Amino acid sequence: MAFEYAPAPESRSIVDIKPSYGLFINGEFVEPTDGTLFKTISPATEEVLAEVPAAGEADVDRAVRAARTAHETVWGSMAGADRAKYLYRIARIIQERSRELAVLESLDNGKPIRESRDVDVPLVAAHFFYYAGWADKLPYAGFGPAPRPIGVAGQVIPWNFPLLMLAWKIAPALACGNTVVLKPAETTPLTALVFAEICQQAELPPGVVNIITGAGETGAALVNHPRVDKVAFTGSTEVGRAIAKSVAGTTKRVTLELGGKAANIVFDDAPIDQAVEGIVNGIFFNQGHVCCAGSRLLVQESVAEELLASLKRRMTRLRIGDPLDKNTDIGAINSAAQLDRIRTLSEIGSQEGAERWSPPCQLPDRGFWFAPTIFTGVSQAHRIAREEIFGPVLSVLTFRTPAEAVEKANNTPYGLSAGVWTEKGSRILRVADQLRAGVVWANTFNKFDPSAPFGGYKESGYGREGGRHGLEAYLAH
Amino acid sequence: MTATAARPADPTEVVRSESALRTFLHGLPGVDQVGAEQRAAMLSTRSIKTTAKQWAIDLAIRMVDLTTLEGADTHGKVRALCAKARRPDPEDPSCPSVAAICVYPSMVPTAAAELAGSGVHVASVATAFPSGQAPLAVKVADTEAAVAAGADEIDMVINRGAFLAGRYREVYDEIVAIKAACGDAHLKVILETGELATYDNVRRASWLAMLAGGDFIKTSTGKVTPAATLPVTLIMLEAVRDYLDATGRRVGVKPAGGIRTSKDAIRYLVLVNETAGDGWLDPDFFRFGASTLLNDLLMQRSKMKTGRYSGPDYFTLD
Repeated sequence: MAFEYAPAPESRSIVDIKPSYGLFINGEFVEPTDGTLFKTISPATEEVLAEVPAAGEADVDRAVRAARTAHETVWGSMAGADRAKYLYRIARIIQERSRELAVLESLDNGKPIRESRDVDVPLVAAHFFYYAGWADKLPYAGFGPAPRPIGVAGQVIPWNFPLLMLAWKIAPALACGNTVVLKPAETTPLTALVFAEICQQAELPPGVVNIITGAGETGAALVNHPRVDKVAFTGSTEVGRAIAKSVAGTTKRVTLELGGKAANIVFDDAPIDQAVEGIVNGIFFNQGHVCCAGSRLLVQESVAEELLASLKRRMTRLRIGDPLDKNTDIGAINSAAQLDRIRTLSEIGSQEGAERWSPPCQLPDRGFWFAPTIFTGVSQAHRIAREEIFGPVLSVLTFRTPAEAVEKANNTPYGLSAGVWTEKGSRILRVADQLRAGVVWANTFNKFDPSAPFGGYKESGYGREGGRHGLEAYLAH
Repeated sequence: MTATAARPADPTEVVRSESALRTFLHGLPGVDQVGAEQRAAMLSTRSIKTTAKQWAIDLAIRMVDLTTLEGADTHGKVRALCAKARRPDPEDPSCPSVAAICVYPSMVPTAAAELAGSGVHVASVATAFPSGQAPLAVKVADTEAAVAAGADEIDMVINRGAFLAGRYREVYDEIVAIKAACGDAHLKVILETGELATYDNVRRASWLAMLAGGDFIKTSTGKVTPAATLPVTLIMLEAVRDYLDATGRRVGVKPAGGIRTSKDAIRYLVLVNETAGDGWLDPDFFRFGASTLLNDLLMQRSKMKTGRYSGPDYFTLD
């Protein structure tokens, strides 16, 4: 007998999306100087959700000036314990409004409500709580006896975890006494704008947080603004490289969190059922729109066949569809452009001779959708094994010895994360030691915690976010 | 030492000696505790509403082994329970019967007489339940007596002392002996997972019981805490799924003890659905060992049909 789950949609009524938004500058929503607006849509239905302004250079300048003034007059000299009060207040309001934020995030981004409700929003609140705790303890963080804030931080974040990336950027910056101008991604601006409302609700002094919406040009204007002291970017390696070039020769400090092509290594003595869960979580979590996604599965040859059979069986159980349905495992691809990229690279995978497989699944007619896909028979030379796809596409490679696994895992321009699956503790330690990746997960994957630093090697960027280490990027010492 | 060892083409091969059995059981893939518990927790966030909930509640009722295992049990109480098993909701003829009544051997004749021709099975615990601390001859006699009195399902307990000491062959031989004593009666093998301590042990005990011929593997006696949990049931469902792949024989699973609400029951059904699959969504292959669960299922059922909650006084206490 088949157990069909009836639709269980989370109600949209908790969110109140305005037809249009302003730029959040100096504590209030203002019209853009040149009045240009763009639409943000729900990728699951292509429904227009709201219109938001595209900030031009004059708007960026206004925002940076507001941040500068706030830094010099209020925030930079405020006692750490007092800054902490604001951060705690923001964290509590995020918890109080968590359902609203989760629904809005799923609408604007396409990710399943189960993820925004159980992962994104709780981590956002946790991040603010965590850094609120640091605000009055900075002299003991190991960055000198009297670390000072840097000044104004220009922050540009991606669309895959809109609110979470905002928290990763804003919480440590504010805790350290910096003020910020943040640009959310053009496809997912809405939760950042609700966060602006939360700043008002928390009575954060005007200018401490400024949110400006827009696309690449807005981001470039922000990063290149001469009065920005610190640039923080999360996104593609291509844009990260451009930013690094544009700030070269200036006094600006930079942290970049870029792409990845993580290896998830499964040894023959792994806990197979949990490894299968970890592989699924590693690549299909958030539709694979995760920079640290385990997009390359390296499986020991002696268990490859069995593991793949288990993985395929598990994939037939994945539930794809309405992001607001509480039982959905995989939601919509964030944009038409991203869907194109995933399709193109997947077709290249087939052309290069890898074997493609997806479980039978019905995709909705409207919106941007891509079935979870695995490629077997992939070699290191294939483009799908080298390039970041940023979608629900897994490349499966095999290995015979631990040395071969490590060699293949490290043979990539990236180095953001990796996973090791084995019941043997000594092997975990040895392999983790040899992997050149910022995060190595053992017998788990895609686990995040505000106290754990996160960041990359090589083309995955530089600087660390999260934990005590995450303070360094926002302190002059 | 790999997972492929978990796929014996010929089960008799791995039980030919103590050492072969040990090698096989210790070669089963390990269970990562954190991962298993996380999976069970994630599945319990599934939201089962409206038609799916109605369907699940009816299925859960049909899967209940309505149980009374008290020293104070009387024939009168067992008769009342049998009446309830046949028609759980006297006011609603569309309400299905439960799967079985589960009692001590001394109560079997009463239950068998009450349930004759009803389709409700008579299950009896046996083998010096719940501790299992009796000589094998006594356990066999216990089983034979229950079957002779009319039980068509036997819930035995394994020898946990021998299992934890690593004397797997002894545990295996006992199960084989009880299975023989059962004759045509179905054998449910209680692993008493609360005493096995690790998920690795649960997986090994599950395979041991299946290799020895158990028709069902059951979590608990209900006399030990913790009794059934979602992660333990997840491990057992994985075991029966893998055993079917390896041998072609489908073994059932019965969580027992501590499952009290419809919400709990539905969580277990979700676990079955997404771990072992459709084939186990059937009273022949999945049961709930429970006593208070049935009333909550009935309350939820009548709430779904009428839109109103009846007070607990409208459902019989047994």
